[in-house]
Formats: sequence, structure tokens, C-alpha cells
Amino acid sequence: MVETRPHPWIPGSTEESLKKMLDVIGVKSITELFNDIPREVLLGEDEWNRLEIGVGRPLSEIEAKEIVDEKLAKNRVFNPPPFMGGGVYPHYVPPIVKYIISRGEFLTAYTPYQAEISQGLMQAIFEYQSMMAELLEMDIVNASMYDWSSSIAEAVLMAFRVRKGRRKILLPANMNPLHKRVVETYVKPHGLKLETIPYDRELGTVDVEALKSMIDNDTAAVYIQYPNFFGIVEDKAKAIGEIAHEKQALFITGVYPVALGILKPPGELDADIAVGEGQSLGLGMNYGGPHLGIFAIKYDMNLVRQMPGRIIGLTTTIDGGDKAFAMVWQAREQHIRREKATSNICTNEALMAVAAAVYMALLGRTGFRRLAELIYYRAHYAASRISEIGLRRVFKAEFFNEFPISFNEAGVKYSVIHEKLLEHGLHGGLYIGGYYPELGETALYAFTELHSVKAIDRLIEALGKVIREVGR
Amino acid sequence: MNRFRQARNWEPLIFELGSKGRIGFLVPEPEDVAKKRVGSIDIPPEMKRTRDPELPELSEVEVVRHFTNLSQASYGVDNGPVPLGSCTMKYNPRIAWEIAGDPRIVNLHPLQDERTVQGLLEILYELQKWLANITGMDTCILHPAAGAHGELAGVLTIRRYHEVKNQLDKKTDIIIPDSAHGTNPASAAMAGFRVIEIPSAEDGNIDMEALKSVVGESTAGLMITNPSTLGLFEEHILEIAELLHKHDAIIYYDGANLNGIMGYARPGDMGFDIAHLNIHKTFGAPHGGGGPGAGPICIKDRVVDSEKNIMLSDLAPGYRVVYDESTGLYRVKGPGEYSAGLLKAFFGNITPLIWGYVYILSMGPQGLRRVTEHAVLITNYFMKLMENVKGYNIPYGRGRFRKHEVVLSAQPMTDEVGVTAEDVAKGLLDAGFYAPTIYFPLIVKEALMTEFTETETPENVEKYAERLKEISKIAYSNPSEPKTWPRNTSVGRVDVLKANHPKHVTPTWRVHVRRMRGEIQ
Repeated sequence: MVETRPHPWIPGSTEESLKKMLDVIGVKSITELFNDIPREVLLGEDEWNRLEIGVGRPLSEIEAKEIVDEKLAKNRVFNPPPFMGGGVYPHYVPPIVKYIISRGEFLTAYTPYQAEISQGLMQAIFEYQSMMAELLEMDIVNASMYDWSSSIAEAVLMAFRVRKGRRKILLPANMNPLHKRVVETYVKPHGLKLETIPYDRELGTVDVEALKSMIDNDTAAVYIQYPNFFGIVEDKAKAIGEIAHEKQALFITGVYPVALGILKPPGELDADIAVGEGQSLGLGMNYGGPHLGIFAIKYDMNLVRQMPGRIIGLTTTIDGGDKAFAMVWQAREQHIRREKATSNICTNEALMAVAAAVYMALLGRTGFRRLAELIYYRAHYAASRISEIGLRRVFKAEFFNEFPISFNEAGVKYSVIHEKLLEHGLHGGLYIGGYYPELGETALYAFTELHSVKAIDRLIEALGKVIREVGR
Repeated sequence: MNRFRQARNWEPLIFELGSKGRIGFLVPEPEDVAKKRVGSIDIPPEMKRTRDPELPELSEVEVVRHFTNLSQASYGVDNGPVPLGSCTMKYNPRIAWEIAGDPRIVNLHPLQDERTVQGLLEILYELQKWLANITGMDTCILHPAAGAHGELAGVLTIRRYHEVKNQLDKKTDIIIPDSAHGTNPASAAMAGFRVIEIPSAEDGNIDMEALKSVVGESTAGLMITNPSTLGLFEEHILEIAELLHKHDAIIYYDGANLNGIMGYARPGDMGFDIAHLNIHKTFGAPHGGGGPGAGPICIKDRVVDSEKNIMLSDLAPGYRVVYDESTGLYRVKGPGEYSAGLLKAFFGNITPLIWGYVYILSMGPQGLRRVTEHAVLITNYFMKLMENVKGYNIPYGRGRFRKHEVVLSAQPMTDEVGVTAEDVAKGLLDAGFYAPTIYFPLIVKEALMTEFTETETPENVEKYAERLKEISKIAYSNPSEPKTWPRNTSVGRVDVLKANHPKHVTPTWRVHVRRMRGEIQ
């Protein structure tokens, strides 16, 4: 059946409009406009319509919604949300954030190539850059990368350009293992070396003595993450930065921005580049994206010239009368520089940056501290309670929001616990024994403002029951 | 003509608003039982933040007003036509926004048990299949977060192909036409290849002689769009594919311009091995002011190693959804042994992907073909309206129909009276239109690359053409006037030189403050 009714998303699909346009062009039918496609590859209408695309026919909005609804009913919703982190955390999203990024002028805009008609969007992005800079205490923030992992990868490639000739990057074993895979992917074509700094088996922190023995004049950068993948506050972060700088290597830090409510910002640790995941700032987890890659540097022209991504700057109109915004340092970008660009990034996560701007504005000067304290108390409450049911934290060093729990001593497999928790309507932590075989049956549990003490009590009770039933 | 005037509210910077002590969001107090048990917060002193970040302090209503005012000084498809060539700025149907915002999607952790996300995985699995059918490929991977990210995925796959075949040392070059998007050469360079540029011929096709002269032993692959950025279908595509394959090179399809041929021709049938798609272009997801996007890559499954049974798609980076018949479950397969790896930590950009799913579901094959027909129709309608208008010409491909876009040039106007493509763009803004892509493709001087898409009304296209004619008239009668444009936007012409001047450049409020204090010169 050929659909001939006018389509709501195609204004020219009425008989009248169609005829008018064909007449002006001087052709009898639309298909004439495709006569330069070689016959060997030109698809017949029937041939195309027989392909499995959608349900094989156009649907009304009502029908489409019904179909998707039926599928989404198969997803299982957890309340409280999974006690899971590992780089992505269930956080509360204030409705204001969604409301602002739903506004069509932001939502349906393109990259602001025409400055004068896009000032509001550019100001919002400038304010994202500026508020993020305050949170990180870094000077320059770009208008976003895809996610934390690709930000690290870009930071590493940037370090090789800034420290030209050096061929080695030191990455800690206690960083997110998925992030590490992304860095490996980005670096591999350039034949550069990544080496892993071991972690202290008892504390869970970076092994600083090992780092000292690994760093040399071939090292372009040292990366650390704090809190690290085990949720632990790297208390030697400043010293690690100093060790890097002594060898003229760049110091790159990765952060979970919510933690900066109570942890020292990268700027104060003298980081050259700070990266991180902005998902916690008003974005959903969305099964992996869209998230928000944070990328920041200190004010240093050698770094600026090699920085990836889009940056909005404050300026004035030509007559000097008004403040205005424009894209700056575009000579680094792909649309100008082509194969000599600092990165190929073009479409980034601008709308997510606007969302984060709204979120940061809502929390303001004191909100981050309050939020971080709340999360700290809840995570530590949970840590204290697990000892009552015969479980223990794996590492001794101070943590922030998440920590690995060992099930080895209880003699229970992670998978058994996971199944039993599901029966209780709870989704437990993330199994990390696969990434760290030396840890055995170990899972990383995370806590946020969405995990009340009541929810934590429910978790502990369920865990305790499982341990009593199946543990040794 | 439209009497357009954009909001001009001189909204202060957020740092200039609010008042000490105000708060826009209440964080719950920690429960007493937790406080009692935990005691004081015990962060090692060397890692404890000593001062709160210098963020503005605003009440909720002030935050809402501020960003609402900013939105009014912005412009998207919801305001009017955005004919940015190659960016494909079509209307974004809101039914998809509503579905993508469903809490049953938004609140899913990417590492949670697969059995608890079966509905989402089923959707993604179907999307993979539909995109494969649309492109004529065998496998689609939804991992890349944007078109350029998809390109990187594609060129890394090309790299792996030659690596697995043990010929990477000699396969050093990627060939790219001079009309290509800047992301193509940038992506090829990120994958460690040398970029060889080839010229376009007068008819808009690739210069075949030039191509033949550079294809050889060292050719790892070729990246092209089809239709090209000139809006022209590459007529020699089959010959090109044959030539490249003869030298064991991979042909990469940049899907930025798929909107011009969807339903009429498929990259897989044209001989392409790998294609990326832009969900935020062809499949109706919004651009969000520059993202999020989604750039799936689709792959034709040629054999790479018959002994080890390695197919080309096994080399692609990222996760894919597979259906396990034995359990009846959808599963996420991580990058396998031969894969190029991971390009982001987790799955893909779900929001635009869901948007694309709803769009394709709603359209069906008939609707998608109709999209292309009307995108092409309105482009040629516009071209006809712009034929023989003083000050403009339409270089390359004389007499040929355009597909999704048409590149005008304002070069005659620039040469004769000094009014440039940029001036023309500002004149369009003044009439309430967004401007076309200017100064691209690089091979057209004073380029005005225009793409309306099927979702623009013919009436707006007529008004747009009228305005271009009016601009021409003004340019020839009073060539200094266009330099004073725009006048009806939130601000007048922006000082971009000052924005970039080393003594002034201000990328954050922090730099502004440090400059005021004399800490940065």
C-alpha cells in the first residue's frame, strides 16, 4: 500500500504543495530527481518496502507509543535504585533541569555557528564552563566530551602532544577498568606505551613507591582517579602530582564531581588536566549515555593550543556596546584544521553541559558540600552496618561513597547473593572479581542521596539473611 | 517579509545574580542514626576541601528565570528554518522525546543485570537490524556517541583489518575528497593514518584520474559521503568501489548525507564496507546545541580470515546486542578478541538512539522513502528559485539535480561589491531565519551550503529565497549596509577577533576574575 495521506512531519506532502514544487522544477514526478543513481543500485519501491524496517508500515503516534510501552514493561525498575556505581551513579535529577533542557530553543538548536542569534545558548555553555571551573578550581573547561573515559583518552593524547617525544603514560590499576580499555583503544594506533601503577593491596590506594620506580624522562603524564575505582580517597594525590612534575610529566586527575563538595579540587592539587564524569550533575544514567565528559586545564598557552573540544569565550559586540559570546581557539578544531586538528570531536554533549549548568546553579556554593556530606554519611553508615552481618570492606583507606565488599570469608559466591537480592527486590553492587581476580568474590557497593538509611537497612537485612542461609 | 526581533534582555551572567546564602535546591539532612553511628567526617586533611567552590547563590525561581531568558536568546528548529547544510536540521518529533525520557530507560544503570533491561535491549536489537536494512549492511553497532565518534570507530576497524591481515606496515594512507567534512581527515589521523586528499571534478563527482593516480599498495581505505557535500550523487561509485577493493582497501561511507538517498540507494549495495549514520541528523533526534548525538556504524560482513573465521564486524569496537535463542534473552556482547576495543566506557547514547527507534518505527519503510523524496524535492525547488539571481551562482554539477542540499556561492557579490557569504548569513538572521553553513565545502568560495530537509514548509523556502534576493539588491545598491547586520538579533555583530585576542580571551568567569586581578596577562 502506498501511503498518500499528508504526513504531519512533512509539510510539503500535500497534493497542492507537491504539484507546485514539481511544476517549478519542471519534472513530472519526484522519481525523476533520482535519475543520476546508477540503475544497478537504485532500489525499487517494492523491494525497499519489503525490508524489515519498523513494523513494515507507517504508524500513528498512538500506535508507536503502544508498541514501545509494551517493550518497556519488560524492564525491571528498582526502588531504591541499584546500589551500583563504578563511574555512573543513580542521582536525583531536579525537574528544573529537565524543564530547561526541554525548551525547544536549546533542544533543537545546532552548534552555535551563528553567534548573534545563539547568544543564550553560548552564555549557558560559558556558564557551564565557568561553574565547572570553580568546582574544579581549574581555569579553562571545554564545552564537553562524550564521557569520562573518552576525556581521559583525549587528555592522554594531548599529553603526548604537549610532551612531544615522550612515549609513556602511567595509569593506576585502581582506575575504572573500562576507562582504561578506552584509553588503550585511542592510544594504540600511535604506538605509545601505557603502564599500570599497582595499588596497595591493604589500603587500596596508588602504590607511590612503585610509581617512583616507574616514572622516567620518557613519561608524558601520570593519571590518577579520586575517589579511585574502589571509592577510596587517594590521600597521596598531591605527592603523586609532585612526583610527576619533578619529571616534567603532566599530572592528570579524574574526578567524580559530587565528591568535590568535600574533597580537594584538582586545581589545588596542581593538576595540569582534570577530567571526569558529569553524569552525576543532573543527568540520568540512561544505560550508559548520554553522559558528560568533563575536560579542564590550567591557564597555560602550551596546554591551550593542544586542548581538544569546543570552547566558548566572553567578548563584546564589534561596536563594543554589549557583552557577547563566541567560539574561541577554533584553529585547533577539525572543521578548520582537518587532519592537523587536536581531536576529531565535533558533536559533543552540549545539551548535557547546559543541564549540568542548571544543576550547579541550583546547588550553588554550599549545595555540593551538603550533598557530599549526605552521601558520605550514608555510605559510611552502610559500611559500619555490614560488619554486623559478618561482611567486611576490602580496603582500609578512607573512602567516599562506595567500597568493595568481600564475600570470600562468608564463603558465598557473588552470583548467589545477587540472585537472592533480586528476589528481595533489590539490585546489589557491581561484581569486580573479574577485573581484579586477586580480590575473588568481591562487589563494589555505591550509595547516593537516593539510598536512604531505610533503604540501606533493607539491603543489610537482605544481605544478612542471605549470608545466614547460604554462607558457611 | 517576516518582521523578526529576537529577545534582547541583556541577561546578566549567572555570577552577577543571586545573593549570599540563597539556595536553589534543598539537600536532605543526613539521618540522625547515620550521623550518630558515623560521627564526624573523616577525610584525610591533605584531601579535604577547605573552601566551598565560588558558585553563584540563587533561589529556584532565579535559576528558572535566568535559563528561560537565555533560551529566548537562542534559536533552534522550533523557532524557524535551520538550513545548515550537511547538518540535517529537521523537525524533532516530540513523541520520541517523551518516550526517551521514560523513567524505565533513564534510570537504568549500564552495568545492571541484563535480565532486568530486556525491554530496552529488545529495542536496541531491533534498531540494529533496521539500520542494517536501511544501509544494506549486515551488522550495526550502536556504541559511538556521535558521527565523528562513529568515524573513529570505522577507521579503527579499517586499521584492525589491515593489522589482522598483517599488512598494516604498508597500508598507511586514507584517501579523502577535498569536499569532505573536516571530521574525516581528523578521524583518519586519530587512527594513525596519513591523509591523501583528492580533488572534485567540475561535474561534482570525484576526479577519477586523480583518484587512480593515488590508489595503490599503500591505500588502506577511502572515506566519502554520497551524496557529497555538494549535494550531488557520486555517479562513479561502483567503479570507485571496484578500484579500491582491487587494492584490498576498505571503503567507508560517511552517513552525514544519507537523508538524500534513504530508500533509493543503500551504501551496502554501492560497495561500501563500513558506514556510520547520524541518528541526530537522518532519524530526527535533536542536536541539543551540539550534542548529544549517536553515530552507529554498520558493517558489511566480508571475510577477513577464513581459517580463524574472522569477519569484518568482529573487528569493530564497542558493545552490541545479540539475541540468545537458547535462553530467549537479549544480551550485551562486549568487544571480542579481535575487536578494536572500546570508544566509551558504556553502551551508547541511549536518548538519541531511542529517538531514532521511535522515528523509524513511526515512519516505516514507506515513510522513510517519502522523507528522502521530499528532502530532495524541496532542495531542487529552492535551487530553481535561486537560479539566475544576481550576486549568487551554483558551482559544480551544472544541470544536475541536487539531493539533500545545494551549495550556492556569493562569490559574484563578493567580487563585485565586497559583500561576503558571512554578510549574507547575517542578513538572513535579521529576517528570522538561521543561516546556511558558510565557507564550506572548502572548494566553493563564499559558500552558502543550504539544506532545508523534508520538514520545512515550501512557504518558508520561498520567503528565504525572497530574502536572499533582497539581500542581493541591498548589496548592489548600498554595499556598506550589509556590514551593519545583524540588527534584529539579541546582539549586533560579535567581535570574534577580540574574543580570540591573547590579551582578552576569556573562556571562563574564573579567567575573567584572574585577569581583573592581574594574575593573567
